[in-house]
Amino acid sequence: MTRHQRMIVVMAASLALLVCMAGLTLGSTLLSPLEVIAELFGLGDGENAYIVMTLRLPRVLLSFLAGAALGISGLILQSVIRNPLASPDIIGITNGAAVAATLYTALLMGKWGVAGLPFAAMLGAGTVSLLIYLLSWNKGVTPIRLVLIGIGMAAAAGAVTTMMTVLSPTMVASQAYIWIIGTVYAANYAEVGAMLVVIGVLVPLTLILTRPAHVQELGDDVATGLGDAVQRHRTLFIVISVALAGSAVAYAGTIGFVGLVAPHIARTLIGRSFYLLVPVAGLLGGFLVCAADVIGRTLFLPYDMPAGIFTAAIGAPFFIYLLYRNRNL
Amino acid sequence: MAHLLFDQSKKIWGCVAAFVLFILAATASVSLGQITIPFSTVVDAFVHFDPAITEHMLVRTTRLTRAIIAMVIGGALAVAGAYMQALTRNPLASPSIFGINAGAMFFIVLALSIFPAASMLVYMWVAFLGAAVAAVIVYFLGSLGRDGLSPVKMVLAGSAVAALFASFTQGTLVLNEENLESVLFWMGGSVSVRTMENVQPLLPIMGAAFILALCLARPVNVLISGDDVARGLGLRLGWVKFALAVVIVVLAGGSVAMGGTIAFIGLIVPHIVRGLVGQDYRWIVPYCALMGASLLLCADVLARFIIMPQEMPIGVLTALMGTPFFIYIARRGFVKK
Repeated sequence: MTRHQRMIVVMAASLALLVCMAGLTLGSTLLSPLEVIAELFGLGDGENAYIVMTLRLPRVLLSFLAGAALGISGLILQSVIRNPLASPDIIGITNGAAVAATLYTALLMGKWGVAGLPFAAMLGAGTVSLLIYLLSWNKGVTPIRLVLIGIGMAAAAGAVTTMMTVLSPTMVASQAYIWIIGTVYAANYAEVGAMLVVIGVLVPLTLILTRPAHVQELGDDVATGLGDAVQRHRTLFIVISVALAGSAVAYAGTIGFVGLVAPHIARTLIGRSFYLLVPVAGLLGGFLVCAADVIGRTLFLPYDMPAGIFTAAIGAPFFIYLLYRNRNL
Repeated sequence: MAHLLFDQSKKIWGCVAAFVLFILAATASVSLGQITIPFSTVVDAFVHFDPAITEHMLVRTTRLTRAIIAMVIGGALAVAGAYMQALTRNPLASPSIFGINAGAMFFIVLALSIFPAASMLVYMWVAFLGAAVAAVIVYFLGSLGRDGLSPVKMVLAGSAVAALFASFTQGTLVLNEENLESVLFWMGGSVSVRTMENVQPLLPIMGAAFILALCLARPVNVLISGDDVARGLGLRLGWVKFALAVVIVVLAGGSVAMGGTIAFIGLIVPHIVRGLVGQDYRWIVPYCALMGASLLLCADVLARFIIMPQEMPIGVLTALMGTPFFIYIARRGFVKK
């Protein structure tokens, strides 16, 4: 690690801390950073304990973790597909999760309660990715075919989601609609814990796979020549990426474009080393979602704008800029 | 490319067959539904109209309007899709994939929340504007770079622009939730929420665009042989492309103003038609119009029955029919560069 890279990591981490702090202090009740720190360590007078510990902390943590998962998921996809334009939402993985979650909300919510929603979303993400993968298989998977078929599947999944929201009663419809746009409203510690487990298992696994990740980026021919099990590693990477994206969608809805933007900024800042890219993309993804959520719930008071709208409004123009920059690709 | 109807007379007979199919679909659309109306009653409703009979009223008001809207949208989207594929030389081009529908949709939702009481005509122009903005962005982005228009780049640009406009639409809807319910059904695509007075001002403009589309068939035949060849043959490329863009924007934007986002018709129909009549746009355009109209009429009838007593949004149905088709074309790959 060069000195420059170390600086970048430290800066990304402090940026993330800063936005988390902002998330704890800002809101309809303004608190001072000192009060917040006092409450966090149990030294405060307990007056604001409810706001800090019950309302804001889980929300900040969840948005941060979901963003980190999306950022890393996008990073892996971009390395594997070797296309800077790939991300879980563009190739339909998040849409698949949304279909399953809306189906669950409309049909099974009454019976099994909210607890099953994340599993439904993960199942949906997995099913759709499997479908995309199988449909793009023709003696191996080429990146371009994967992206195109993903776009097609995203359209179909979007249609099914629209159908479910149109056909359900208004109550369910607006509930599902908000969730689809992506929000961390009313987060709780159980969700934060689940997200932590997912990240705690998958991120170390990704770091172990640094070498195959670098080899994937060289292209199929070179990778095969180097003795790498290209298709097998590719499948493994896609599974990790789907699991990360699926769990983020499960707990925070379909927050768009973070999986696209975060890895790109990370790559611009720190270069091509996958080992360093993973933590930086994660920190930046977390920063983006957390910041989007803070803006969404403070700027439009008393409305609570879903974070997904801001990430898309930043992310889509960024995507267009990427298209422009990669115009000769 | 091998196609089925090779010589002139077969093409004419094929056209007649497509027309018969279209008439059958239109009749089915008028007579089938939650209340099935026998064919004789349908004829009676036009010949000896009697306002006292419920079936007659039903035919002359809801059913007929619905059928007309479905056929206009179906034909318009199919022709727009065919010309988009010609203009961009991209087999995956269609108004929904390229974000044109999403652009028109966002502009309409925005107009709805800024001046809710405006007339249909205003919404129509707003929809045209949205469609044009999206089309220009996608075309510009897709044609950047050394090798110009590449199919993959255009599809990516289209999906990004669609996502951008979709998120703007969502933001607008979250801020004024009372509009959500009225817009939702429309976002799913629908041919049943408009009345005849609503759509009447649109019809002459769509008709004019369709006639322009027919006139452009011959220049487009030259255009698809490549820019250099076309220029060598004395085609005024700039004008032809501009006219094509106008036709596409009017047909696609008008469809969105009438029925919301109905996906994939513009992708499926031109491919089927090319399989039948080959690459001659003088045949492709009328075939597309007839078959697009028939397809959407059939889809509309189907949408009434699948989940009785509720109705399925027709845009969802066409998206589900179109996705396998899209995947098939994407898998087959791009033969032409």
